[in-house]
Amino acid sequence: MKRRTLLASAAMGVALTFGGAAQAQMDSAKACFVYVGPIGDGGWTYQHHQGLLAVEEAFGDKVETAYQENVPEGADAERVLTQMALSGCNIIFTTSFGYMDPTNAVAAKFPNVMFEHATGYKRDHPNVSTYNARFYEGRAVQGTIAGRMTKSNKIGYIASFPIPEVIMGINSYFTHARKVNPDVELSVIWAYTWFDPAKEADAAKAMIEQGVDVIASHTDSTAPLAEAAKTNGAVIGFGQASDMSEYSPSPRVSSIIDNWAPYYVKRVGALLDGSYEQVDAWEGIPGGEVLIGEITDAIPAEVKAEAEAIRDAIANGSYHPFTGPLNKQDGSAWLGDGEVSDDGTLLGMNFYVEGIKGDIPQ
Amino acid sequence: MFILEKRPTPSKFWAWGTPFLAVVLTMIAGSIMFAVLGKNPFEAIRTIFWDPLFNEQFAAYSRPQLLVKAGPLILIAIGLSLGFRAGIWNIGAEGQYIMGAIFGAGVGLAFYPLDAFYIFPLMVIAGAAGGLLWAMIPAILKTRFSTNEILVSLLLVYVAENILASMSLGLLRNPEGGGFPGSRNLSQYDAAANHELFAGTGMHWGVVAAFIAVIASYILLQRHMLGFQIKLAGQAPRAARFAGVSPNKLVVLCMAISGALAGLAGVFEVSGPAGQISIDFNVGYGFTAIIVAFLGRLNPIGILLAGLLMALTYIGGELAQFMLGLPSAAIQAFQGMLLFFLLAVDLLSNYRIRLMLFAKEAR
Repeated sequence: MKRRTLLASAAMGVALTFGGAAQAQMDSAKACFVYVGPIGDGGWTYQHHQGLLAVEEAFGDKVETAYQENVPEGADAERVLTQMALSGCNIIFTTSFGYMDPTNAVAAKFPNVMFEHATGYKRDHPNVSTYNARFYEGRAVQGTIAGRMTKSNKIGYIASFPIPEVIMGINSYFTHARKVNPDVELSVIWAYTWFDPAKEADAAKAMIEQGVDVIASHTDSTAPLAEAAKTNGAVIGFGQASDMSEYSPSPRVSSIIDNWAPYYVKRVGALLDGSYEQVDAWEGIPGGEVLIGEITDAIPAEVKAEAEAIRDAIANGSYHPFTGPLNKQDGSAWLGDGEVSDDGTLLGMNFYVEGIKGDIPQ
Repeated sequence: MFILEKRPTPSKFWAWGTPFLAVVLTMIAGSIMFAVLGKNPFEAIRTIFWDPLFNEQFAAYSRPQLLVKAGPLILIAIGLSLGFRAGIWNIGAEGQYIMGAIFGAGVGLAFYPLDAFYIFPLMVIAGAAGGLLWAMIPAILKTRFSTNEILVSLLLVYVAENILASMSLGLLRNPEGGGFPGSRNLSQYDAAANHELFAGTGMHWGVVAAFIAVIASYILLQRHMLGFQIKLAGQAPRAARFAGVSPNKLVVLCMAISGALAGLAGVFEVSGPAGQISIDFNVGYGFTAIIVAFLGRLNPIGILLAGLLMALTYIGGELAQFMLGLPSAAIQAFQGMLLFFLLAVDLLSNYRIRLMLFAKEAR
């Protein structure tokens, strides 16, 4: 599994502490990061690296940082983690889902080193914390824009892997598009990759040929936007992971930006001042982990205002993207009127909401 | 003026000298690259080649890891070398490695949670069979329809990768994994686990198999009729046919051996260091093994040493990345230089360089 996003049903909401013993204060610390891809100039790993840079800026000489790119998930990750721990890292951030087992295995051997695993759910030892972001909140904003902007009433979603995190995003996107446009139809293409420009471009092309005119993607490259750009404004899309502002103001009309900096600064700071505790963090737009990139003037002002209203309602906690009434794809009831989904259901989500055609691949 | 003069017979000295020369040239060119990147080149070279073996902080851990990393490389490269010697180009070991892992893990998972001594041996057999069957596709297409085995075996890697993804998401997915891709962790299922044989040595069954393959291949090439036929077919295909070597039989046999060994590497990896079938299970051992085979001059002992050297550049390269902040692309470029220089200086074994002071053209 290429990195990230899967969380187990055991996880609960926002930054829940487990009461692990607080550590002693430290004068200086070494923070290390394991990346699944190259840093490059945008995308998943790039955003984590921005977090590292923010840590350097926040603490200056008090914190030394080190990182390693392109670490394959599995046996190689375990070796890299062990070598990092041996080299004197005090806190190690492992930034992809596939590092889950290696992180826990190495954490067992180095009880004095703190491990932070992104998007996982296993915290087998007191020195392992997990963190993730509520990207589905950003999908609610995108869905609203998509529902309003589509002329063909066909919108698309380039999906990566059929896992709860992605299904959550699809459901949120579709639910909000339907809310503002009851005729909207969604087509989903599974790319089975997190980053593959050629495959993503093919998926975007296929969608455009079918008449889709708003494309959201759960993959990292700018290829879908590049395809959309060839249509002279007929097709729009969104930046993913990074802002992708080079395609602004159109076809990129907004974006979801992963912003890990506040979390990394908070955790390294806690380690330094001795308040560090084991956590299971899952924050989103309110905590600043998920940012909505500028909504451009390529879309009408009233649509922009509507999208921003959704964003702000999520930010101030007055609105949850999964609020009933909502049915499952097979018509059975999921959420009653005004009922809000619990995190456990989201983290194990394996069904489409009513109205989406097609099946989740098994 | 330098000119190249073909040697009457390939130089014995340079046949063995070129790998060492290539390593030295790689170090020099690599140093220049590291210096351009603003890093101390001596420190970088030391971190890559010395620290994993002798640095007090890391060596106790890194040395056994060398075996873990070299094991699959050597096992696959030995299989490939037999075919390469006979002029049969199996480029798809990566796919055979994947299929071996899927077959092996599949058998192991089918027995879960039964605890019986025969499960692991059955997995090993299934793994070898998986790799072998996958290699038979290009082999039979070649012998029946004269297709190009390079293309077919290479393209089958991508087919295997998709089967791997499908297995991780479907048939072999962990039913207790909450819907997440990836199989059960075999290293937590004792009857199917390929644990370290002696704690802290990195020695697991895959490494043992690699050593056995080195010895068996050495004997095969030196003492066995088949080894003679393989060498003959590579050096003089016409003579081989007169000597009664059936080219088709040789294709099938060489592909079978290399496929089976790659499959074995896969099953030992999935039941040991990797632990589970997942979408990203393969990390390129099948391709790197091609470099190892050539770096080792297609000779079993050479491959053993080349595999260890390649493993060293991986582990040392990782150290250099986070100790010195070298980008991973620089490490990959460094490893690529090794093959580049090896192929370049290979010239020396077949040609000699002559200095011509007077451009008289004595031709």
